[in-house]
Amino acid sequence: MKLARDTWLIFQRQFQLLIRNPVWVFVGVFQPVMYLLLFAPLLKPALNAPTQAEAYKIFVPGLLVLLAIFGGLFQGFGLIAELRAGVIERSRVTPVSRLALLLGRSLRDVVSLIVQAIIITLLALAFDLRVLLGDLLLAYLMLALIALMTSAVSYGVALKVKSEDALAPLMNTVAQPVLLLSGILLPLSFAPGWLQGIADWNPFSWAVDGTRALFAGDLGNDRVWQGLTIIAVLAVLGVYWAARQFARSVR
Amino acid sequence: MIETRGLRKSFRSRAGRETKTVEAVRGVDLTVAEGEIFGFLGPNGAGKTTTLRMLATLIEPDGGEATIAGADLRKTPGEVRRRIGYVAQGGSTWDESTAREELVLQARLYGIGKTEAHQRAVRALDAFQLAEFADRKCKTYSGGQRRRVEIALGIIHEPKIVFLDEPTTGLDPQSRAHMWDEIRRLRTEGMTVFITTHYLDEADALCDRIAIMDHGQVVAEGTPTELKREISGDVVQVGLDVVATPQAAKALDGEAYVRKLETVDEGGLRLYVDEGATAIPQILRRLDQVGLALSSIELHRPSLDDVFLTKTGRSLRES
Repeated sequence: MKLARDTWLIFQRQFQLLIRNPVWVFVGVFQPVMYLLLFAPLLKPALNAPTQAEAYKIFVPGLLVLLAIFGGLFQGFGLIAELRAGVIERSRVTPVSRLALLLGRSLRDVVSLIVQAIIITLLALAFDLRVLLGDLLLAYLMLALIALMTSAVSYGVALKVKSEDALAPLMNTVAQPVLLLSGILLPLSFAPGWLQGIADWNPFSWAVDGTRALFAGDLGNDRVWQGLTIIAVLAVLGVYWAARQFARSVR
Repeated sequence: MIETRGLRKSFRSRAGRETKTVEAVRGVDLTVAEGEIFGFLGPNGAGKTTTLRMLATLIEPDGGEATIAGADLRKTPGEVRRRIGYVAQGGSTWDESTAREELVLQARLYGIGKTEAHQRAVRALDAFQLAEFADRKCKTYSGGQRRRVEIALGIIHEPKIVFLDEPTTGLDPQSRAHMWDEIRRLRTEGMTVFITTHYLDEADALCDRIAIMDHGQVVAEGTPTELKREISGDVVQVGLDVVATPQAAKALDGEAYVRKLETVDEGGLRLYVDEGATAIPQILRRLDQVGLALSSIELHRPSLDDVFLTKTGRSLRES
């Protein structure tokens, strides 16, 4: 009860600040929109897809997962600014739940990601992408869990390193191989065996496969529940670890 | 109100491959009574802020114990949090938020209901003369205004004790005087105020009792008057030019009435004597003998800086 109340307070505050400066939601969506408009048209011939719509069914889910990973991983920067302004310390002297300090922020990130995902989906609809609403909502759940995990991890790392200079290269170093090994831009079915073998160890690769299955209307595909389970477990672990960073002394 | 025994904290800092342990606070015993303004005086790096952050539950002590407003710091930090307010040195407001938003949020983080939180924010804005800027973003405030918002944030839940870390550092003289009035007002409202400062005049003018801290330890504790009385005698300050200063020091060193002699950086001497009235003629005579002209001579009662000097062997101004 206290946790829910505290989380809501932090979420409200963070959300209020976000909508006061909504330009960041659009800055975040700019890059994927560029991919959608300038890269995706190459895919029909490249993937040998029968129609443009088929190519979008493969590409758009990957793009959304990409957005969730990157959008989350870079949230830590905002926290470092708050740390420097003393806002975090001011919260930490109150009896507010430490988990709420994290969850309120991460849920704000999840909401902002879902808004971005809706923008991308609507644009893709204009390119003849078709997906069932139920499948789409389940795909959004996957995205929400990814964003929850990556933003929590980013906050936890930000509290540990406490400097933008250290956070930026760290996040890029993590994000790059994760991105390439998840088959986001092109499906890993094109990959040689050894590369697929490595990718099987990348949880995001499972998430991408699951999201693709949902966009293809293949709800019964094992990858759907496997992807959701893997990401949900990792999200819980990420949140737990990051909340501990909020509870520990920050100095 | 506050009682600490042997509070300790060390930090490990890493420089290259070597890890070094820095003992920031090495056994602090303090007693702060209800309703007093207690000052923690010491140079930067003396361990004042670390001690304060331990008392405010922000960092865990390595050893020792403390009771704050009746709650045990080690066993029930949550209870301590409810009873204290803390205002950090480096600020605590967010550029893009307004004072009213910050105050309402802070009140609500302490578990206060929505309506009550809004009422408290209005009262705090009035009390700190912030009402006219209440709905402007914090980044538009002056340094003094912003500091007032931060203090208002620290006491929005009406704590029994409020910790203020260097509340007047960086303020212009007028805002500083204003802040002193605010701090005195907190006491009249029944709060115990614990401040840190490295300003001697602030400790002297504002605090009922002070503890002098150096190298992680309390080296003296008492009222400013008591501490100054400990250094019995007077201080005679002699104005000399830079060339004459060492010659005068040589001439006066070892004279029976001079208990201690200290060179002032810009030229001149500070002499600690038992009684100024009898020492001054002797000093004048001695300097005349060696043919040195002095530009001024002043008699002081000892200041807190003299207390600091005798306790630590160096002046607070130099450290």
